Amino acid sequence: MSPTTWAWICLALPLAGAIFNSFFARSLPGERTAGWIGTGAIWLSFVAACGAFASLMAHNADDRTFTSTAWDYANSVGVDAKMTILIDPLAIFMMLVVSGVSALIHTYSVTYVWKDNGFARFFVYLNFFVFSMLLLVMSGNFVPLIIGWAFVGAASYMLISFWYRRTTATRAGIKAFVMNVIGDVGLVLGTYFIVFRGTQSLDFLVTFHRVDTVFAPNAGDLVAGCILLLVGAFAKSAQIPLHTWLPDAMEGPTPVSALIHAATMVTAGVYLIARMHPLFENATAAADVGAVVGCLTLIVAATIALSQTDIKRVIAYSTMSQIGYMIMAVSAYAYAAGLFHLFTHAFFKALLFMAAGSIIGAMGGEQSLDRMSGFRRALPFTFICFLGGGLALSAFPITAGYFSKDDVLDLLGGEGGWHWVLYVLGYVGAFLTALYTFRMIFRAFFGPECAEARELRETGHLHHPEHPFNPDTHEEEDTNVGFPGPGHYIAERERPMKIAMYTLLVGCIVNGLIQIPFVDDLVNDYLRPSFANSPLYERVIEEPSDTLTVVGLILSAVISIGGIALAYFIWVRRRDTIPQRFRMRFRPLYEFSFHKWYFDELYDVVFVRPGTTIGRFAANVFERVVIDGLVNGTISVVRAGSTVVRAAQDGFLRVYAALLLLGLALVALWFLLQST
Amino acid sequence: MTVAWYLVVSALIFCVGAGGVLVRRSPLVILLCLELMLNAGNLALIGFSRMTGTADGQVFAIIVMVVAACEVVVGLGIIVALYRRRLPIDVDRLRELSG
Repeated sequence: MSPTTWAWICLALPLAGAIFNSFFARSLPGERTAGWIGTGAIWLSFVAACGAFASLMAHNADDRTFTSTAWDYANSVGVDAKMTILIDPLAIFMMLVVSGVSALIHTYSVTYVWKDNGFARFFVYLNFFVFSMLLLVMSGNFVPLIIGWAFVGAASYMLISFWYRRTTATRAGIKAFVMNVIGDVGLVLGTYFIVFRGTQSLDFLVTFHRVDTVFAPNAGDLVAGCILLLVGAFAKSAQIPLHTWLPDAMEGPTPVSALIHAATMVTAGVYLIARMHPLFENATAAADVGAVVGCLTLIVAATIALSQTDIKRVIAYSTMSQIGYMIMAVSAYAYAAGLFHLFTHAFFKALLFMAAGSIIGAMGGEQSLDRMSGFRRALPFTFICFLGGGLALSAFPITAGYFSKDDVLDLLGGEGGWHWVLYVLGYVGAFLTALYTFRMIFRAFFGPECAEARELRETGHLHHPEHPFNPDTHEEEDTNVGFPGPGHYIAERERPMKIAMYTLLVGCIVNGLIQIPFVDDLVNDYLRPSFANSPLYERVIEEPSDTLTVVGLILSAVISIGGIALAYFIWVRRRDTIPQRFRMRFRPLYEFSFHKWYFDELYDVVFVRPGTTIGRFAANVFERVVIDGLVNGTISVVRAGSTVVRAAQDGFLRVYAALLLLGLALVALWFLLQST
Repeated sequence: MTVAWYLVVSALIFCVGAGGVLVRRSPLVILLCLELMLNAGNLALIGFSRMTGTADGQVFAIIVMVVAACEVVVGLGIIVALYRRRLPIDVDRLRELSG
């Protein structure tokens, strides 16, 4: 079968799963059948992605781009909106990452949300998300791209607000949705600038082919269009200044955080820039904006992650920071390096979230790092997974993150010029990453055992709080639909969770081996056909000298080990003194980081408050006085008029007849007078 | 004999019908008077038809008769319904149509 046939199958399966479960989940036998059906659909989808990969590799390297059109939405001059998929190494790379990680996370979720009242709904949403994400990465036309882009936003909204009776969760969902809509608008307007003021074709290949003849390098329309595309990418990938939704999105169930808000959806921005590389290479000004914003985000997010206490939010900020690396890489034309980091990051970040879910299970729903400590012996398997993910995230030598992050920074350094600044800040970010990752690990797993950990280790009882509560506000809840179910699970005892985590653990240790400097270059070789017409890409991957690469590898190792050692010193050896003393000594600095650089407060003052004020004015004054005045005025005019006319309608039949005859007589008289 | 006399007769019958509609209170008689008015119209149409020597007026008259027949069916139906519901057979007392 051709790659496109496999791709259509890969796309159809998650949709089929979503539709099947939404209609028949209630009539299925067994408690978890709906979950297994959803999971099976994604596993089959992964198999289809592998089939597409195999069938693509059977073709020659210069003949690996395929398109297939299912139907036309509209086809006329300058508008060729078609349901086209574009299957090339880049698309299949993303398909494999998305469907593979999704399959593992689905497997994990079958246990994790088992007792939730809304189990089938969860899998419907999750399958719908995978369908949308696959549509996004496969599309070969701006229209399906925009559709997929909006669908993943909707799926993200539905899953963040999955526990819809939790006020914090619904608020977070709305916030994410609004932020993402800003990105959607950016994407649509960007398409307008590039297509309708330029290439006159919505088809990717045609647009890419025409872009350098239609636009001069750095032409105004093209740069504007590319910056608007970047707005879309920033909103989806939680880059500054559109990042504030991502930490709040942690209100959703943990598998959702792992799937959507770590491994797949948030990397859509990276994919978009890589996919649109022929545009960005003609609009280098826009690409530079992307690189600078990515670099800013990675530093800002890392500094915030240092002081957060909610374990999932720490991981969320680390996601932002790692995506900063990817955005920086693909904006600096190091596409394969960025995508390699995307690939390894999907593994270790999904693993970290899964392990965090396991600790939260052991804490009975509590997420604060302040309350958890000493879980090392109570949760040995979770500890190993968290440690493996943490080491990969901190770029510890020979783990996956080490090679991918180093690849990104190496290429940036090789480009020279002002990219040196990004190179240095990238290493600063790497140091902070090691520090905050191991702060989390040392606080949760080391030190004196907390009550929950001791209970679990000594009696084997999983801690269950007396009342279910909201981990954010500690309000009491029940366990009915719209709130989390009564079940809490740890990976040590649940086979589906364990299988998923094992696979990811192995992945995040060995994945890096596919692209080791001086040894092999698999990712680059595989992706090269997708970037075949890109002179900048070819130049960038050749540039770094061997010395720079070696220095980078050593520097990475030193920085990562140094960061871990410092974290050990602060949060294990001196856990009772140094953190407090630092907090006292550098109060403003700590507050600044703890309040997330005051972004939320700023947006509150600049956008939310004026917005609500205008809204309140419109509702209380404009609506009451002007709109209601118009409506009520119309009503009273009609009513007064009808009162007058009603007097004639007295129901006296013979009067009607008389009036009729009188009218007739008058008409006759008038004609008579006219005729003489 | 000119057409004028036909028209005079027609006008007289029309006035008789109209007067009946205005002064009588029984719906049955009102219906009869309406028939008179319609037939006055018919008479005028046929008179004109004779005058012009074409058959148009006669065709109209036949159509008017059909309409009149339909109208009588509806009208008598209403009267029977009024009777069955023991409502007064008096148009002045049936004033529910007042606005």
